[in-house]
Amino acid sequence: MKADIVIVGGGPAGLAAAIAAAKEDNTLDILILERDHELGGILNQCIHNGFGLHTFNEELTGPEYAARFESQLDELGIRYMLDTMVLDVSSNSVTAVNSKEGVFTVECGAVVLCMGCRERPRGALNIPGLRPAGVFTAGTAQRLVNIEGYMPGKEVVILGSGDIGLIMARRMTLEGAKVKAVCELMPYSGGLKRNIVQCLDDFDIPLLLSHTVIDIKGKERVTSVVIAEVDERAKPIPGTEQEISCDTLLLSCGLIPENELSREAGVEINPATNGPVVNESFETSIPGVFACGNVLHVHDLVDYVSEESGRAGRSAARYVKNKGNGSGPVIKVKNGAGVRYTVPSSVRTSELEGDLIIRFRSGGVYRDSYIDVLFDGVSKIHRRKPIITPGEMEQVILKNEDLEQAPSEILIRITEN
Amino acid sequence: MEKRELTCINCPMGCRITVTMQGDDIISVEGNTCKRGYLYACNEVRTPVRTVTTTIRVEGGEVDRISCKTKEPVPKEKIFEVMEAVNKASCRAPVAIGDVLIPDCAGTGIPVVATKAVSPA
Ligand SMILES: Cc1cc2nc3c(=O)[nH]c(=O)nc-3n(C[C@H](O)[C@H](O)[C@H](O)COP(=O)(O)OP(=O)(O)OC[C@H]3O[C@@H](n4cnc5c(N)ncnc54)[C@H](O)[C@@H]3O)c2cc1C
Ligand code: SF4
Repeated sequence: MKADIVIVGGGPAGLAAAIAAAKEDNTLDILILERDHELGGILNQCIHNGFGLHTFNEELTGPEYAARFESQLDELGIRYMLDTMVLDVSSNSVTAVNSKEGVFTVECGAVVLCMGCRERPRGALNIPGLRPAGVFTAGTAQRLVNIEGYMPGKEVVILGSGDIGLIMARRMTLEGAKVKAVCELMPYSGGLKRNIVQCLDDFDIPLLLSHTVIDIKGKERVTSVVIAEVDERAKPIPGTEQEISCDTLLLSCGLIPENELSREAGVEINPATNGPVVNESFETSIPGVFACGNVLHVHDLVDYVSEESGRAGRSAARYVKNKGNGSGPVIKVKNGAGVRYTVPSSVRTSELEGDLIIRFRSGGVYRDSYIDVLFDGVSKIHRRKPIITPGEMEQVILKNEDLEQAPSEILIRITEN
Repeated sequence: MEKRELTCINCPMGCRITVTMQGDDIISVEGNTCKRGYLYACNEVRTPVRTVTTTIRVEGGEVDRISCKTKEPVPKEKIFEVMEAVNKASCRAPVAIGDVLIPDCAGTGIPVVATKAVSPA
């Protein structure tokens, strides 16, 4: 089999990348490979609204947002294969398997990695206790309730206050369960404010900051969990233990980009994001292999995923057309104090499409601080921000004409007042 | 006089806003940093509304359940009545996104519409 561009994963990132590549050059043969039985990725189970405010100026639910992209895909006549799992990736071929073709290889000019992310499983969280039934990741519970129509339990405690946990607190409550508490290890929630208000406060669900689950009780099924307050070093404080009876514990403890394929292909991974290191074109360390969406870094807003992925798709199309990408001066983008990572990590000015957006996350909560951008040590942007939290992705926009001076290094940092 | 505590959701600052009420009249709004917070607080204490998103049973479809939502936000105190009405109802495949599944849900005057398409089995 042959294709100009193979897109691995048909979630919002894959859809946007495919559409943008086809619009860049409508003669290209683009193929999406998706392991699920439908396109749309995680959006299919995100039935709540809040998607697309930036892209469509309306609040859509996940399935509606996906459907808008799927109809564009059909209009452009882009090929896709469902129930097809990609096993191996290199810059000029992709190997996959499905029940009809068996194992097959697609030779191609470029690859876009759009595999999304997965949840941290319980094993990675080190909660002691037996392994009774009734412990689910929040995303698994979301799929059970929203797609299978099956309620995992009646009395629920949620560990982790990321957005999936918050959304599930409301969803389980609406379906008649009693959510007794949401425990968060950190002294702040990683979820969006809007979700804290509309998913917890609306239903009087307590959010216990600086708390964790230290024990899960029950033989066959969870009967209770023991929670405790933690100190600054996240160690449980003796004497603060509290037992809460429940039949279900949901874990919402963060997402990890799904990069087994990228690693095996030899793509350089950024330890701060667990995603590939990319340049301004979303090209990884392997020429012709691009990455976008949650496989690159975890996003809270799908609109940013679509935008970023559009850029990755266009870059892939140009790469195939020009048989390679331009060379020229490379600017390194570095993260300074308070900044955990930046995307991209390098910029070739010859490949810019206009102004450059650099996205990043902070390592903690900063009030009344400044976002600073320095070009070779000289201040370029000094912007006051009332609040910066790790839960909300930040961005700076660098003007194209400024970048033409081609500094050798751009540093982004947070300066406390 | 009654005091109501709210968290503004319009930006990550999440200002804690205190609204002092005398019956239905707003006496004061405190704690907001900007105008948006003021407007949010006034709406929240007078007529809080929410869009309800959930799923509905499908008969004769290739799946048994699809997602749906209230076409407009409904009064907050009606959320559970809306849920009950949707859980009692069902729809028949085929359904397209935006199809009205319940014309007037739980007396709110607001329809419930499909947010996912389903083809017949
Ligand atoms: C629970 C939850 C709630 C959210 N709520 C909001 C919200 O309210 N508003 C908002 O704007 N955003 C929200 N988001 C964020 C947004 O949905 C995600 O950022 C977005 O879905 C990421 O898109 P993606 O395509 O990168 O990943 P995904 O949607 O995860 O898609 C990845 C796709 O790749 C496929 N795949 C993976 N590996 C392979 C392989 N080896 N072979 C073939 N296919 C493969 C998967 O099956 C999947 O379909 C939420 C996310 C989650 C998880
Ligand atoms: S009041 Fe203004 S500053 Fe405060 S959270 Fe609301 S929008 Fe943000």
